[in-house]
Amino acid sequence: MAHHESTYNPQGRWAKWWDERLPVARLMNTQFVEFPTPRNLNYLWTFGGILTFCLVAQLATGIVLAMHYQPSGAEAFDSVDTIRRDVNYGWLISKLHAVGASMFFVAVYIHLFRGLYYGSYKAPREILWILGVFILLAMMATAFMGYALPWGQMSFWAVTVITNLFSSLDSIIPGLGTSIVEWLWGGYAVTGKTLTRFYSLHYLLPFVLTGLVVLHIWALHVVGQSNPTGLEIKTKADAVPMYPYAVSKDAFALFAFLLLFMWFVFFAPDYLGHADNYKPADALVTPSHIVPEWYFLPFYAILRAIPEKLLGVLAMFGSIAVLLFVPWLDRCRTVRSARYRPVYKWFFWLLVFTCMALGYLGAKPAEGVYVFWARIFTAYYFIHFLLVLPILGLIETTKKPPASIAESVLGDVASADPSKAS
Amino acid sequence: MKHHFKMPAFASAIVLATALASAPVHAAGGGIEIERQDWSFSGPLGLFDRAQLQRGFQVYKEVCSGCHSINRVRFRNLVEKGGPEFPEEAVKELAAGWDYQIDAGPNDDGELVDDDGEFFTRSPLLSDAIPGPYKNDKQAQAAQNGALPPDLSLITKARNTDYTGPVWFHPIHMLKDIVTAYQEGGADYLYALLTGYSSQAPAYKRDNKGKLLPVKEDDVGSDTVERCATVTHEHDEGKKDVCTPMQEGMNYNAAFAGHQIAMAGPLSDEGVDYKEDASGKPVAPLTTDQYSRDVTAFLAWAADPSHDQRKRMGWLVMLYLLITTVLLYYAKKSIWKRLKKH
Ligand code: HEC
Ligand code: HEM
Repeated sequence: MAHHESTYNPQGRWAKWWDERLPVARLMNTQFVEFPTPRNLNYLWTFGGILTFCLVAQLATGIVLAMHYQPSGAEAFDSVDTIRRDVNYGWLISKLHAVGASMFFVAVYIHLFRGLYYGSYKAPREILWILGVFILLAMMATAFMGYALPWGQMSFWAVTVITNLFSSLDSIIPGLGTSIVEWLWGGYAVTGKTLTRFYSLHYLLPFVLTGLVVLHIWALHVVGQSNPTGLEIKTKADAVPMYPYAVSKDAFALFAFLLLFMWFVFFAPDYLGHADNYKPADALVTPSHIVPEWYFLPFYAILRAIPEKLLGVLAMFGSIAVLLFVPWLDRCRTVRSARYRPVYKWFFWLLVFTCMALGYLGAKPAEGVYVFWARIFTAYYFIHFLLVLPILGLIETTKKPPASIAESVLGDVASADPSKAS
Repeated sequence: MKHHFKMPAFASAIVLATALASAPVHAAGGGIEIERQDWSFSGPLGLFDRAQLQRGFQVYKEVCSGCHSINRVRFRNLVEKGGPEFPEEAVKELAAGWDYQIDAGPNDDGELVDDDGEFFTRSPLLSDAIPGPYKNDKQAQAAQNGALPPDLSLITKARNTDYTGPVWFHPIHMLKDIVTAYQEGGADYLYALLTGYSSQAPAYKRDNKGKLLPVKEDDVGSDTVERCATVTHEHDEGKKDVCTPMQEGMNYNAAFAGHQIAMAGPLSDEGVDYKEDASGKPVAPLTTDQYSRDVTAFLAWAADPSHDQRKRMGWLVMLYLLITTVLLYYAKKSIWKRLKKH
């Protein structure tokens, strides 16, 4: 259904002239106006649009901030403070950008877990999913380097701790880790030089991210959207045109999301940050507690759960890399959506809980009972993907989905809500 | 969105949360419980109280500025809207008579230093940053027995309070803080710091197993007690608790990490004279408690001068978003209604 004849009919000479040379209007019309979307999408499917908004908003606020920011060890902290105090609406722009990064991750985690719940990654959406994982990686790298820029205590020490991790590669190839670390630092310690190169990359990566998002949406428009039933669009009755149906829903969801976003920006701007980052970076004073931003906490917990440094680093990166293989790890081929997988559903929510628990533990000191639980949850994280997904896929008795998307919406009461029909 | 898929989540959440909460939590970073205060600027509706900011500035000027700078704040900020809003003329005078001078740069002949080799200095202007007592950290430390009085411009943002309650309640606590827009952790800490001094560290007595047990000040009498800034409890059998006594020249403070601070209690009752109202009474009580509240409010403003503007604008933005969201909801509903028929 994703491929269909364009009904775009250029009006007037100019429109025709353009259409014969560069049919952008036709492309937009086919892909974002007429594009068939399943009629049964729930609000979890609005997060892709919300993410696109977040990306554009980060670019816009970031470009303005870059006009005032000074990427040097001596000036960075002061310039960020000056933006807040002396640049017109600087306090607003810098908070939109800082809170915006957090909201971006709120949205991306919901988007990703939506995919895991409804099996959106299954054929033919593997490439779409994999592009998503690379997007996540690019987002993380961008956010990490962005957090370095205010050059406060937490910036400095987060950079120190995380870049130091690469030195563990020395135990695979002697010298490799050290070389990478020195290359990242631009010397033999974290200094203003490190900051300057992070700034360069922080400006570059969002455009790489944009490129990946374009591919992601392209892939989406080739295979079409999945939906809560996981059934494909088979007849016209299964779909509605993107405009005005999906668009009106997306617009409402975006504004509801903005309510949350702006609540933080205006009323709790420092809630998601850390007080130590209002102290200028100081290489001689180690904060009592080095913690990353909240959206890295689960990964940080995994890193620290493992006593051996190299293995910890591998587990941390592995926890994201494993997502790349999800389309093949999940052996359940009869249905896509967890709606028809009564057992998988439980494991899914266990995974959600595991990630939240890891997030909680990531903020705690790595000692005593916290390490114990971090190990348990780290173990489940990997067990979920490496054992539960493949084995459960083979042995689970799935429920029978409705015959079509249309039937799931319009059929008699029993078949309208498949979960209630046993 | 259908709700039927929430049950398993809920159940598993409960099972694991209970498991997690029942685990003993010890040695969790040594968080100190800080009591929350009622500030005029608390919560989404709170704004600064001009009169309090003015009194707070007076406390800063008469007490704290002897050791601490606030060099991210400029004199003109004291005039601007949203701050203490002193009259411009008064602040011009204030700057001209400020205790500390700033480097003047080269004179007309291009010379940087006078005949004694000292840099030229001048009184600050309205547009200048408020200069502190010391030229740099080294000088400050030399004057303060090696301790460094930090610049106070961002102090209320650079401090926060730790959660000290039970693990299971923590997520609810966080949610509550988001809903009530709790942002005053730094102010609460600062108030607790300024009012948290005691003349000596708390008293403890050892039982026959070597455990240190707290003794109330009234019960100390003529008994021999140990005075400990901090106590480290040993869980292993047969090991004695460790008492860290106060170091020479340090002051006991209940709020400060480690409880030993180099700054002596800077405030005392009647230490600052507030101006008097028409009836001849001071505009606010001349107590350590009141001074602490006022100077904390002032420093909260110094760290966040756009605070009032931010919250006022915030309500307009929320109102706009709320109306638009509701309109969009009905627009969406009416558009989707067209479908119901077929
Ligand atoms: C006699 C000098 C002196 C005066 C006056 C003084 N301070 Fe301090 N202050 C210090 C020193 C020294 C330190 C560093 C203490 C340490 O690190 O142990 C300090 C530290 C602090 C800190 C940091 C505590 C922390 O959490 O790290 C704050 C906040 C502070 N002072 C506030 C104030 C305020 C507010 C006033 C005015 C009411 C004031 N001080 C007056 C000398 C002074
Ligand atoms: C910058 C970040 C991202 C943007 C802007 C973005 C954008 C979008 C958009 C617009 C859609 C269609 C609407 C929707 O289904 O919500 C979509 C679908 C999808 N995205 Fe993303 N995405 C991002 C990150 C990710 C990540 C990190 C993943 C997973 C690792 C992912 C996986 C998917 C999948 C599987 C679909 C198809 C869902 C379905 O049709 O059922 N995306 N994305």
